Amino acid sequence: MSASASMPSRPGAASLGSGVSDRLSKKASRHVKERIIEALLFSAAAFSVFVTVAIVYVLVKESWVFFETVPLSDFLFDTQWTPLFDDAHYGIMVLLSGTLTSSAVALVVAIPLGTIIALYLSEFAGFKVREIAKPFLELLGGVPTIVYGYFALTFLTPILQRIYPDLPGFNLLSAGLVMGIMIIPYVASLSEDAMRAVPMSLREGSYAMGATRLQTALWVVTPAATSGIASAYILGISRAVGETMILAVAAGMQPNLTFNPAEPGATITSYIVQVALGDLPHGSIGYQTIFAAGLTLLLMTLAFNLLGYWLRKRFREVY
Amino acid sequence: MQIPSTGLEAGVEGAVLKADVRDLDFYYGAFHALKRVSMPIHDHMVTALIGPSGCGKSTLLRCFNRMHDLYPGNRYDGGGIVLYPDNTNLLAPEVDPIEVRMRISMVFQKPNPFPKSIYENVAYSLRVRGMRNKNELDDRVESALKGAALWNEVSNRLNELGANLSGGQQQRLCIARALASDPEIILFDEPTSALDPIATASIEELIIELKEKVTILIVTHNMQQAARISDYTAYMYLGEMVEFGVTDQVFIKPQKKATEDYITGRFG
Amino acid sequence: MKAADIDAIRAIITRAKRWDLFFSLLGILSLMVGVLTFTVLFVDMAIQGVPRLNLDFFTSFPSRKAANAGILSAWVGTVLVMVLTALAAVPLGVAAGVYLEEYAPKNWITDIIEINISNLAGIPSIVYGLLALGLFVYYFGFGQSILSAGLTLALLILPVIIVATREAIRAIPQSIHEGSYACGATTWQTVSDHILPYSSAGILTGVIIGMARAIGETAPIITIGALTFIAFLPPAPFTGEPPAGLFDWIFAPFTVMPIQMFNWTSRPEAAFTVNAAAAGFVLVFMTLAMNGLAIYVRYRLRKNIKW
Repeated sequence: MSASASMPSRPGAASLGSGVSDRLSKKASRHVKERIIEALLFSAAAFSVFVTVAIVYVLVKESWVFFETVPLSDFLFDTQWTPLFDDAHYGIMVLLSGTLTSSAVALVVAIPLGTIIALYLSEFAGFKVREIAKPFLELLGGVPTIVYGYFALTFLTPILQRIYPDLPGFNLLSAGLVMGIMIIPYVASLSEDAMRAVPMSLREGSYAMGATRLQTALWVVTPAATSGIASAYILGISRAVGETMILAVAAGMQPNLTFNPAEPGATITSYIVQVALGDLPHGSIGYQTIFAAGLTLLLMTLAFNLLGYWLRKRFREVY
Repeated sequence: MQIPSTGLEAGVEGAVLKADVRDLDFYYGAFHALKRVSMPIHDHMVTALIGPSGCGKSTLLRCFNRMHDLYPGNRYDGGGIVLYPDNTNLLAPEVDPIEVRMRISMVFQKPNPFPKSIYENVAYSLRVRGMRNKNELDDRVESALKGAALWNEVSNRLNELGANLSGGQQQRLCIARALASDPEIILFDEPTSALDPIATASIEELIIELKEKVTILIVTHNMQQAARISDYTAYMYLGEMVEFGVTDQVFIKPQKKATEDYITGRFG
Repeated sequence: MKAADIDAIRAIITRAKRWDLFFSLLGILSLMVGVLTFTVLFVDMAIQGVPRLNLDFFTSFPSRKAANAGILSAWVGTVLVMVLTALAAVPLGVAAGVYLEEYAPKNWITDIIEINISNLAGIPSIVYGLLALGLFVYYFGFGQSILSAGLTLALLILPVIIVATREAIRAIPQSIHEGSYACGATTWQTVSDHILPYSSAGILTGVIIGMARAIGETAPIITIGALTFIAFLPPAPFTGEPPAGLFDWIFAPFTVMPIQMFNWTSRPEAAFTVNAAAAGFVLVFMTLAMNGLAIYVRYRLRKNIKW
């Protein structure tokens, strides 16, 4: 749209006599139009708040019904999760153990590798290496997680079984390892952003004292970027906790209260998938369990996200 | 690397030569920033580099500790900077820039303390050299802070962040950091341009005291400052060395018309 | 400085530099872990799946016999869902981004919107699935339809598009704004005549990356209850009896590529695993192509625009 087209067209010769009032009215209509556009754009931005409210509303509403049947203490402290059996138990701890175990495995892979890659790209690598590596990391982060799940199940698990023959076909270890690879790009790219935001004057100060690259990277850049790096880790944790398909495919979906990654297990997310795949009637207790599980997941990621947001905000304010 | 002497070092009050810039050319990519620059640096003296902005004075300063090596596209091309008494060309490719920086330290335009405690800021240049002994570190940090006239103000809060100090204190902290490792030359790149007049006065006083211990090369855009604190002054313009001499001479009786025009404020 | 001191310094530097070298190698090695995983994943899937890729695979419905099964309903479903996702997410996301960069006053409402968007970006995709299940499928009564899926994925990629729009707008120098206002333009004229055109390539990059993410999303679509075995196609868009029939297709049941792949992956028979590999190869190829396109658009953008 061009500037002239967006204004009301000139009424022609008839308005020539009343130039002043015409111009005034044009200004008024221009004003009204601006207001309407602004209101529309504002509602688009405010829509995102509506999405959050809707998420909380839906999860709380369905969970409310669930918690009217199942006491919160059972939910938190029961050590079995068998909502679909006759002898139903609703101990979320069972699903949490799967989530925590697989996330821990993923983070053991993603945090060291992601941090090393970030330090390398930000402080060591030349321009060319960075130009190739960054888009490649983006590609790695863009692979659909179902594909990673397939890879964990059909490629990594058989290899791990060769090293450790007792490993079951479905296990948290293989899923967690692949999940770690999936999270590397997030950790690396956000940490690198934080490191690159460290002002050049600090690096120059360090080099001027005769420091090497590694000394500058570890003793000056890393401390200066701590809160940004921490927020990258937190985002990584949040991704791991919320990841679904890799676990649904490669970790099996049997609820299993364990912290041993060499066992199969269900996570909060894979349980939701399992129930959704089946044919549970709307409004049944089984249907409501996935909302209670989802609410637990939401609260966990919410806490991580807010912590991460706060840390990010802090490191932006430093410079 | 054998570089012919310029002869400039001769005839200046019999001072001992610390370093000698000889026919130095420097490029930022295709831009010819320093054109056959020559000048002597005298031991335990303050040498000031003056000139309008963009004249290459900071570029020349940053050659002395090879800061240009940090960025791709920068090129030293012909000539060199010879450091005495060991007669090494600092810019020779086989000389490690880290070794150069350990011998020639630097203080920057804006104070840039690390996000560490006051103590760790000063200890940094020692840790970089692998010093681990706590007692030795303590002693060296204390004497560096005393040397930078900061000890009395910070001795009871060495564990606070360096960034909590005032601007002038931060700059003195950076001077202490540069001083701690006992360098042969300290480079100052417009060290007072971000400071208020009182802080500026204390830094100037400090620089004059420091020349007892170390050779000083300072870039300044403030001619009065050069006149106040330096023993020698070099005037640069458009990447060339226009005039070098004893400060009083350069300011009172400049040899070149261009220097006189700049000093008397006719341009720049 | 004495020669002995210089020798000591040199020894220290040599040691420190050895650590530098060691870390460089470690960095390259870490990068290689990513590169290698991706290469192995892609090659393994290609070896298994590519022999299965023929015309029949793209034009057949899923079947109980692995050899006859194809991805017709899956890719048609994916295309239709993506159309709805783009139609919903792009206008909303761009409008929200423009508002936040060009209009939003600095106040608590704006703060809430900003915190909220960064939070939405971090909510796991499966939670969006639960939202859609409660809201679209049951409350609005859209059922397990293309419409529900399209809207779900639209909500999911909304933050991606908003953030991309904001970054693209922020890359435009302030002087352009000032120039436009100095000519007497209103805010909207500035936006529509200058800001949107100049940031369009950046926004496009974000949209492509968002869509590439949406294509691969499996969990939220499973959660809204998409069927895994669909042996028919939705009615072709805009062919039904007007007016209501025009939109039959958006209420049709459907399946999408990643769900088809999931379905085949979870079958024990090896023949279906081969199908899964083939579907996975197509899926990765699509996301790679889209991400590659986004990288290319961004590269061109950086090359062509000089502020």
